[in-house]
Amino acid sequence: MRTENQRAWFFVLPVLALVAFNALVPMMTVVNYSVQETFGNNQFFWEGLGWFEQILRSDRFQAALGRQFLFTFMILIIEVPLGIIVALSMPRKGFWVPVCLVLMALPMLIPWNVVGSMWNIFTLPKIGLLGYFLNDVLGINYDMTQQPLSAWITVIVMDVWHWTSLVVLLCYAGLVSIPDAYYQAAKIDGASPWSVFRYIQLPKMKTVLTIAILLRFMDSFNIYTEPFVLTGGGPGNSTTLLSIDLVKIALGQFDLGPAAAMSLIYFAITLLVSWLFYTLMTKDDAE
Amino acid sequence: MAQIKLSNLRHSYMPSPKGPEDYALKEIDVTWRDGGAYALLGPSGCGKSTLLNIISGLLTPSEGQILFDDRDVTSLPPDQRNIAQVFQFPVIYDTMTVGENLAFPLKNRGVDAATIKRRVDEIAEMLDVSDMLSTRASGLSPDNKQKISMGRGLVRDDVNAVMFDEPLTVIDPHLKWKLRSKLKELHQRVKATMIYVTHDQTEALTFADEVVVMQDGEVVQIGTPVELFERPQHTFVGHFIGSPGMNVLPCEVKGDRAIFEGHEVALEGPTHGDGGRTDLGIRPEYVSFGESGIPAQVTKVADIGRHYVVSAMVGNTALKAVAEHNAPNPGSHVFLQFKPEQSRVYRDGWIATKERGR
Repeated sequence: MRTENQRAWFFVLPVLALVAFNALVPMMTVVNYSVQETFGNNQFFWEGLGWFEQILRSDRFQAALGRQFLFTFMILIIEVPLGIIVALSMPRKGFWVPVCLVLMALPMLIPWNVVGSMWNIFTLPKIGLLGYFLNDVLGINYDMTQQPLSAWITVIVMDVWHWTSLVVLLCYAGLVSIPDAYYQAAKIDGASPWSVFRYIQLPKMKTVLTIAILLRFMDSFNIYTEPFVLTGGGPGNSTTLLSIDLVKIALGQFDLGPAAAMSLIYFAITLLVSWLFYTLMTKDDAE
Repeated sequence: MAQIKLSNLRHSYMPSPKGPEDYALKEIDVTWRDGGAYALLGPSGCGKSTLLNIISGLLTPSEGQILFDDRDVTSLPPDQRNIAQVFQFPVIYDTMTVGENLAFPLKNRGVDAATIKRRVDEIAEMLDVSDMLSTRASGLSPDNKQKISMGRGLVRDDVNAVMFDEPLTVIDPHLKWKLRSKLKELHQRVKATMIYVTHDQTEALTFADEVVVMQDGEVVQIGTPVELFERPQHTFVGHFIGSPGMNVLPCEVKGDRAIFEGHEVALEGPTHGDGGRTDLGIRPEYVSFGESGIPAQVTKVADIGRHYVVSAMVGNTALKAVAEHNAPNPGSHVFLQFKPEQSRVYRDGWIATKERGR
């Protein structure tokens, strides 16, 4: 039997060290906090799973979690079909391709807090362009600083504006990789436009769509900056998503223990749902 | 089933073509008999795929007409022409089973379920895929996938013609033979007109009753495989068909004899035409070694199994000869003899000798 060269493992060490310092060590600190109580002065007392129990039972956490799921669900159900439709209607070749691609990529290039500020100014009643237009021109009573529904709609529209492009670009990449022969064969087979979509385009987009949905799920489930800048979680608690609530507990109230426990629960949920998504969406391929 | 006639067909991919060099297809006039097996043979970029797409309706020609049994179909879309096309890479609908794939063209045309089942079973049996009807098509091997794409064309009983666009490109060499004979067998069973596009001479010559050789958007010769081999109308055909291709040797013409490197060569018959560049065309198979003849020096001998391919120099001109056995050694001096009835003169590429007795 040939002896494998074990020295290759040394090449992995730098990465391992890097990952340890930027992910594993901070994470372990959080685990450490989550099972202890502190009253300052660096004095810690063992708390066990008490914080976890408290968080899971609290109405505040459950409400924030509910809002988080609702938000993610809403943006997925809008962004995925919209992204597919936009990708389908984009030109496949010619002068307009780069123009469309750049236009599509623009929103994603804007820093998140800038997106929040932009939409804040844009939608403020009286002074924002959209706010003024809706209230004073169309006569619709719209105020995202006062009405929970308006705030929700604004947060969702902002996310759709910011991130639909990602779905579009990924789907577009899937679409352009379909050889012409498929469309020609479908033409000869007498397939309707719907059949072409259902049996050619959708199956070919499946892999990229899986990635798009997964990325959009994780990003939207962990979203913080944009809604924080736009509404600050208000009015009241109406747009306080999990991450916003977490920051309130950790940095506002300085409750390190509960915040750490909540972080871990948050992380576990994200991981679990991502895994579920991925397993369900790739189940067919394994057969 | 139909006879296919292409009349004065020209096509250019440019919006306003000026000279003949702007045309991908230059003046095509061909009639294909109902139920025949034809091959379009030519190097990449000669316009054969363009021609195929025009026949199937995926492209509309710039000029000219396509007639199916005297019915003008030039402006009809592909689904109304009742043709089937098999592409270079197998096209299958990944999410469907093999059976659903085969049924798809019929379903789209609103055929009733009983007929669909009967046809699908029939075709599956013909293609030897009956046992995979309910498996997902995406997991099949390339040759089976290609069979399914073929099946989708054959499942309709009203197809005028089945077209193949280099269908064996992605198939493993040992399966190419199998699939090719399957095609031949299918042709005998379904009796549809079949047009096979390829750049592989073996594929074209084994499949087709008649081969159309194309070069630079032009048809150079239409003929049976034997005709193409025995009497190429153009040096291109001579060179493209046969392995090795025909020797094309610069020569001068004197009456019904050619002067090649100062040696007189007897031809198949009298020459015609005047001027232009003249070449002597002779296949390596008809160059033999003898006690007398044209002196040459052997440069290379390649043993290709069935016979030897001998490369030799006559003066400053290289040529090839085929020897069944007793090939001369490299470096040796030999005498070459050209078989007169297979020696022809080509003027500017086109044949310029008449066969004696014609």
